[in-house]
Amino acid sequence: MPDRRLIILAAIACASIIAFMTIGLRGNMVFVLQLRGLKLLALIQVSVSIALSTVLFQTVTANRILTPSIMGLDALYLFGQTALVFALGGLGYASLNGGLKFGAEVIVMIALAMGLLWPMLRSRMDMSLMLLMGVTLGLLFRSLSALLSRVIDPNDFAIVQTASFANFNMLRADLTIIGTIITLGAALLCWQKRHVLDIIGLGRETAIGLGVHWIRAATGLLLLVSVLVAVSTALVGPVAFFGLLVAALAERLMQTQRHALLLPAASFIAIIVLVGGQTILQHGLGGASTLGVVIEFAGGLLFLALLILGSRK
Amino acid sequence: MIRIENVSLSYRDVPILRDITLSLDRGGIIALVGPNGAGKSTLFSLMARLQPLQSGRITIDDLPVDRTPSRQLAQRLAILRQDGAVASRLTVRELVGFGRFPHHQGHPGVEDLALVDAALEQFELKALSERFIDTLSGGQRQRAMVAMTFCQGTDYLLLDEPLNNLDMFHARQLMRSLRSIADERQRTAIIVLHDINQAAAYADRIVAMRDGRVIADGTPDAVLTQDNLEAIFGYRMQIEQMGGKPFVLHHL
Repeated sequence: MPDRRLIILAAIACASIIAFMTIGLRGNMVFVLQLRGLKLLALIQVSVSIALSTVLFQTVTANRILTPSIMGLDALYLFGQTALVFALGGLGYASLNGGLKFGAEVIVMIALAMGLLWPMLRSRMDMSLMLLMGVTLGLLFRSLSALLSRVIDPNDFAIVQTASFANFNMLRADLTIIGTIITLGAALLCWQKRHVLDIIGLGRETAIGLGVHWIRAATGLLLLVSVLVAVSTALVGPVAFFGLLVAALAERLMQTQRHALLLPAASFIAIIVLVGGQTILQHGLGGASTLGVVIEFAGGLLFLALLILGSRK
Repeated sequence: MIRIENVSLSYRDVPILRDITLSLDRGGIIALVGPNGAGKSTLFSLMARLQPLQSGRITIDDLPVDRTPSRQLAQRLAILRQDGAVASRLTVRELVGFGRFPHHQGHPGVEDLALVDAALEQFELKALSERFIDTLSGGQRQRAMVAMTFCQGTDYLLLDEPLNNLDMFHARQLMRSLRSIADERQRTAIIVLHDINQAAAYADRIVAMRDGRVIADGTPDAVLTQDNLEAIFGYRMQIEQMGGKPFVLHHL
């Protein structure tokens, strides 16, 4: 018997999907539906992968205000975009082969994550040190991008600006489908491991006592998180605070840390926010702003609220 | 039986444990005592596989702790650390239920649920069973952690200062529960203890450590002598016999 709150969330998520697909339909039906279907697939893929990766990351680090962006993956992505624009110019950047770029971005980001995780797997480093290294590298990449964007000309800078927020308007069908398959695989894996995740959430020592092979489990999870983040970032761009928003809402709503409830709840909330938000922006506000910007804004406010409420408790 | 053979450990060049060899038989309560920094908790982490061995060997019922799959060990050995930070949004019942995880891997059967109920009953957590962990007091949370450890139903229990945060009533109750599983079910509890009189009253054997070495080992009567205690803790204290047990007036 599934939880009632989950059913309600699923219903709202379905409603936003239907609204997204049907509101304001006109012209060539097949063409419009195909276009919207692709966009919907990308939105859902990003929703689920950000929701899962944030919940998993918070579980394994036992910290409720961290997001995977602390590992510096999105900073690397941004730096990559800036460097490409710097090296090739705006025109060269725009004419890059999308598939090749996507593949290379995913591989580079996963390589960074492996580089960070390897010493931990060899037990030469504990997790907090690994995270600190991620923070430092993130800072380095951000500073490098800032440096490069001062050097490039203003037109190129505008291109970098556009690339630094999530963008759901320029999608390629084949890449979206690859991303969706990877996310689906990850989601199935999480579901299968949901009981072990509950144990991992108890912290290292208790989890070892209950028979979890900690190093293997923790590095495996962090790698899974990196893959999810890499794929969704390469597909649409960075969405930093979105994961925090979703994970915090899911935990507040479900009042539990059981992953069997938390993971689907976070995924549904992400779909509601992203698909519903996109629908409202497109049809309610006439596309006045980019969804990415709005989400960063709302997510940032929520982050502050969490810090303040958390310190009061 | 837990065998510790020639275990040494050092951080950088500072020796923490120096060539420890011990064998701990099945059944009974073994208390590890000693001053701060004696290496008790380090030895504990090595036995509990929380930290890799540097040299020597530790086996539990002939299973080497560093090479046996973690899950297989979890069915024989339950551990409780002093500062087990716990995720907050879990109820007491859920937490205690996790103790059965090594046996059912996430799909509890009727027997598992019954054992959880029994553990809640035993540690007087029935009334608290639906409360969230972060709404409990330190002592109540400690009891929930202890109940989870008991619920694991293992032959060996490793407890690192389990009396922390417990009031006199619950400390006594925990020691008595340990006594009863040791006597009735031939289980073994290895406890790091600071209260030497608890060790005197309940333990079958006391292992005293100082500076990374075992310097006294035996029954409470044999270990708790004025000379031994001075060698362990560095000052002379008076020892009385009360109710047939040694009673150390360590605070005077």
